[in-house]
Amino acid sequence: MTDIAEPPSAVRDIDHVIVRFAGDSGDGMQLTGDRFTSASALFGNDLATLPDFPAEIRAPQGTLAGVSAFQVQISDHPISTPGDAPNVLIAMNPAALKSDLGRLEAGGTVIVNEDAFTERNLAKAGYDANPLDDDTLAGFTVIQVQMTTLTKEVAKDLGDLGIKPRDAERSKNFFALGLLSWMYTRPTEPTMEWIDAKFAGREGVIAANKAAFNAGHAYGETAELSEHHYQVRPAKLEPGTYTSINGNTALSWGLVAAGELAQVPIFLGSYPITPASDILHELSKHKNFGVRTVQAEDEIAAVGCALGASYGGHIGVTTTSGPGIALKGETIGLAISLELPLVIIDIQRGGPSTGLPTKTEASDLMMAMYGRHGEAPMPIVAAYTPSQCFHAAIEAVRLAVKYRTPVMLLSDGYLANGSAPWKIPDVASLPEIPVDFATEPNQTNEDGEGVFWPYLRDHNLARPWAVPGTPGLMHRIGGLEKEDGTGNVSYSAENHAFMTDVREERIARIADDIPLVEIDGDADADVCVLGWGSTWGAITGAVQRIRSGGDKIAHVHLMHLNPFPKNLGEVLGSFDRVIVPELNMGQLSKLVRAEFLVDAESVTKVMGQPFTAGELEAELRTAVAAKN
Amino acid sequence: MTDVTEVPLTTKADWSSDQEVRWCPGCGDYSILTAMQMLMPELGVARENTVFISGIGCAARFPYYMNTYGMHSIHGRSPAIATGLAVARPDLDVWVVGGDGDMLSIGGNHLIHALRRNVNIKILLFNNQIYGLTKGQYSPTSEQGKVTKSTPFGSLDHPFNPVSLALGAEASFVARTHDMDRKHMQAMFRRAHEHQGSALVEVFQNCNVFNDGAFGAITKKDNREAMLINLDHGQPIRFGADGEKGVICRPNGVAEIVTVADLGADVENQLLVHDETQMDPSRAFALSRLASRPTEPTPMGVFRAVERPEYAGETNAQVAAATAASGPGDLEKLLHSQPTWEV
Ligand code: SF4
Repeated sequence: MTDIAEPPSAVRDIDHVIVRFAGDSGDGMQLTGDRFTSASALFGNDLATLPDFPAEIRAPQGTLAGVSAFQVQISDHPISTPGDAPNVLIAMNPAALKSDLGRLEAGGTVIVNEDAFTERNLAKAGYDANPLDDDTLAGFTVIQVQMTTLTKEVAKDLGDLGIKPRDAERSKNFFALGLLSWMYTRPTEPTMEWIDAKFAGREGVIAANKAAFNAGHAYGETAELSEHHYQVRPAKLEPGTYTSINGNTALSWGLVAAGELAQVPIFLGSYPITPASDILHELSKHKNFGVRTVQAEDEIAAVGCALGASYGGHIGVTTTSGPGIALKGETIGLAISLELPLVIIDIQRGGPSTGLPTKTEASDLMMAMYGRHGEAPMPIVAAYTPSQCFHAAIEAVRLAVKYRTPVMLLSDGYLANGSAPWKIPDVASLPEIPVDFATEPNQTNEDGEGVFWPYLRDHNLARPWAVPGTPGLMHRIGGLEKEDGTGNVSYSAENHAFMTDVREERIARIADDIPLVEIDGDADADVCVLGWGSTWGAITGAVQRIRSGGDKIAHVHLMHLNPFPKNLGEVLGSFDRVIVPELNMGQLSKLVRAEFLVDAESVTKVMGQPFTAGELEAELRTAVAAKN
Repeated sequence: MTDVTEVPLTTKADWSSDQEVRWCPGCGDYSILTAMQMLMPELGVARENTVFISGIGCAARFPYYMNTYGMHSIHGRSPAIATGLAVARPDLDVWVVGGDGDMLSIGGNHLIHALRRNVNIKILLFNNQIYGLTKGQYSPTSEQGKVTKSTPFGSLDHPFNPVSLALGAEASFVARTHDMDRKHMQAMFRRAHEHQGSALVEVFQNCNVFNDGAFGAITKKDNREAMLINLDHGQPIRFGADGEKGVICRPNGVAEIVTVADLGADVENQLLVHDETQMDPSRAFALSRLASRPTEPTPMGVFRAVERPEYAGETNAQVAAATAASGPGDLEKLLHSQPTWEV
């Protein structure tokens, strides 16, 4: 935690604040939001973030399509979402104001960069009149600041360092950050240190960014903003060492950890795709853990080379998003037939087709479950918070290795890019991942000689993992149906029926090896919310609000979607109503209806955005009230 | 995983699996298989360190018949799967076997990228200019106008020349052989095996059921002298019973067949001297264009064999360098590598 001076008495305590930074794609809003978040994390707040950016790298400047936003909630108590309606909106241009004003809470604060409200920019945003002059912002507290002018002003003296006014203008996001840091009493040192490290060697840029930040900070202090001076005290979280982590980083580290736990190298075959590419980037850095990464020529090659590596005794992993899963389907089917470990990671996004590449959705559950030809079951693990992606990755590897099966790991754009504080786990507490490669013949032929049967199974129904290079175990495997035991090609009808059963049973039995579901909230409630994936945050928030109002409600959240935990049917059956909120058109609700004959009610959202706790609270309150 | 210091002596039988070979009687695949099974004992490699990976098609059944490790995978993807295996396990000899449909149609993308990357896999492309396993449709190497079940009025597709394609992808090793000459096949397979990097060997293979005699005009014993242009490194390119034909290169880069007698006194200076090690692939490419179809005099042998960095080795070198530079991975350190705070 960073020490800060005791704030002056004008500082008002608030228990949380939701800030939304919005600007043009070129305005550096993601970076600004990230910095505000990091400073808050180091200060000890609990927090959750929602980066929300367009698919285009540089959409036409100043347009609505080019608006890039970053929302963060910081609090002095545990929270589970980036918040419903922002309390503060920073709008760096008219387009940002136009696109995001509707999200702001009634009576919230808008901070605008007045300089950007030129006729040209107003026209690009579709404003006929300047909203700063008419009653568009009536009912909000408006703080107008000439951020561009003031930023250029303080950069005037930096000509010696090669900073021209045009360059200086680019630092205006640091002005905004400085101002917000003053308003919410954020420590400034982490940002200063970060600027030094990030722009090392570019003295002019360092000076300009720092000058802009300090100018923003001073502006808050000297201008009449004293009624906007707040502090959010550190949150009382469980004791431990914390770091702020996003889902893709946590997932990557989980894979690295799994390789260490298994003492088998991780091999990633991947093709760049939003929002999964950062896992490829992150894993590529960790070669000293024995991690191999291949950026393949396409999605099919990516999963193909991962499978080839698994065949060779590495833990093959492939990362992608929905469109990539569609392309990998045939190879996943091969992996199911070959019964080799493989981890397929789907960072879901809005679909179908290219859909909404940078926006979140969780609509690939049915594809994970059934998106292959033939009877091709595979385990599905779903991450539910950014930091929990770490454990989900370890679990996916554990199942893949133990049961010699491809495993689908589902995350989504919201988890991938969102960050939250993470209590760093004790390495010793991580699960073991025992790996046993076959080294010996496992069968005797008529002549009494030891021979190797690649499809002779252990008590988990897993076949031996006999890797090339092992003397005496040479064998051939393939996608054609194999005879039970010997693994020889077999077209026998009975054998095919038997092998289909075994493949099904092998996955079904994993239910014995995963935790039972636990009920959060009131086990004796009438209404149960069943969730999976990233809806955890919003459901948790909504359930807390309902319960703190004295009503009863239960929450069950799934990390394993195939097979389901053994007690799920019984648990769901014990409630009068089961409500399933999903960022799709009701995929899990269909699965539980089919599996358990429960009358699951679906609550859906497919708007490229996560649920807010408020939205779910309203839905669930209606259900709870209907029961009373 | 296993350090093989001494490889026990083996015979063809040791390299043959117990599976019944199921190609059509008379199929060219048999002679290729025999050539490989007979060659293997001579290469001084261990069976457990040898892997055959294939896709789908008649040729792709090959791994089942080799007493090595093997994978019969899915259509077109074998170069990708083999790439993963070769990168994970640079200690293995990885062979890829496939036909013209597998390698050049559905799997064309993986083939060119495997060749461009120069990963240590040896690709045997059995070219029979037809789809066999699906019973006789034209393939990406079939001649234009070919009448098949799917092209009753003749195919409109312009065919690939696999050697040209591989050279275009800057493959570091490209050779051609045919199923009627075991010794030549073995020589090419051996050269591919010895090469560091990806190797493509095109094997003209007769499909006696759906495209019988496609290569007869050049590969029949009596036709060979006149129709096969043997490429010998460092030698002037000549062919014909008495070496009466030769290859020259025109100033515009086009290779051309000439009658040696027409060249006058200065024969040796005009005939193209084959240099398989030339870094620029243009000359090899020009040679690959000498015959547009295997009914004209056709070059056989090694077109190109150059050294360039091998992908699997380089990947593993990066792993080793990273480990040497920052020490073996420390999970505790990784988890604390971003800014942290205490609660
Ligand atoms: S169809 Fe042709 S290529 Fe296939 S096995 Fe028969 S003869 Fe050989």
